[in-house]
Amino acid sequence: MADVNRGNRPLSPHLSIYRPQLTSMTSILTRITGNALLISALLVVWWLLAASTSAEYFALADSALTSIFGKLVMLLSLWGLWYHSLAGLRHLIWDNGIGLGIQTAEKLGWAVIVGSFVLTILTVAIV
Amino acid sequence: MRYLTDRKRAAGMGSAKTGTAHFWAMKVSSAALLVLVPIFVFTFGPMLGEPHSEVTAYFARPFPALVAALTVVVSFTHFKDGVQVLIEDYIHGTMQKVLIVAMICLSYVAAATGVFAIARLAL
Repeated sequence: MADVNRGNRPLSPHLSIYRPQLTSMTSILTRITGNALLISALLVVWWLLAASTSAEYFALADSALTSIFGKLVMLLSLWGLWYHSLAGLRHLIWDNGIGLGIQTAEKLGWAVIVGSFVLTILTVAIV
Repeated sequence: MRYLTDRKRAAGMGSAKTGTAHFWAMKVSSAALLVLVPIFVFTFGPMLGEPHSEVTAYFARPFPALVAALTVVVSFTHFKDGVQVLIEDYIHGTMQKVLIVAMICLSYVAAATGVFAIARLAL
């Protein structure tokens, strides 16, 4: 290994000069949904704790989660959950070295986006 | 030009030696969640907005209680590993360590609280 110049070389990824791509957008959305689901998970745990505590406390937690704002949060959570699940499934496929070609990866990206909305609508219709 | 051998220059600059364990843990928990999450959505979801007596009776049944408990535990295990990568990517130095410890502890607390609540409902 020679003494190479490590100082002034451009660093990857050059996020500021890239045109947004479906692959990069679906990737960052996976991270955003996954981490934002913390809020949803904490709300669910709070709801369960309230249910196990008393009828009064449950009424408070349940009305919070089923208020207009609560319903909006739950709907967004549901979409985030389906999106993250499908994107995670895509990662499990990719981990086997399958579907990494750009065309296939973009098709899978659309499948994740469309699938997340379809599953969200189906869930709302059923539940 | 420093008098370093190539071996010496490379030593300590490589992997943290624990990358595959973390990667594998995330694979296992995501595979488990792929099964758990849909079942949880369709067992927990209908209970939102139901009367308290109905909810307590529902989670006293073994299947909804087990699904809820498993989903809470595995989700927070998965979150603990995932948020660690998020923090490692964007935050460095002492604050990185502090945040990782804090988020792991939060995950432990949330998982324990969830299991406690479900156990109290179920038993």
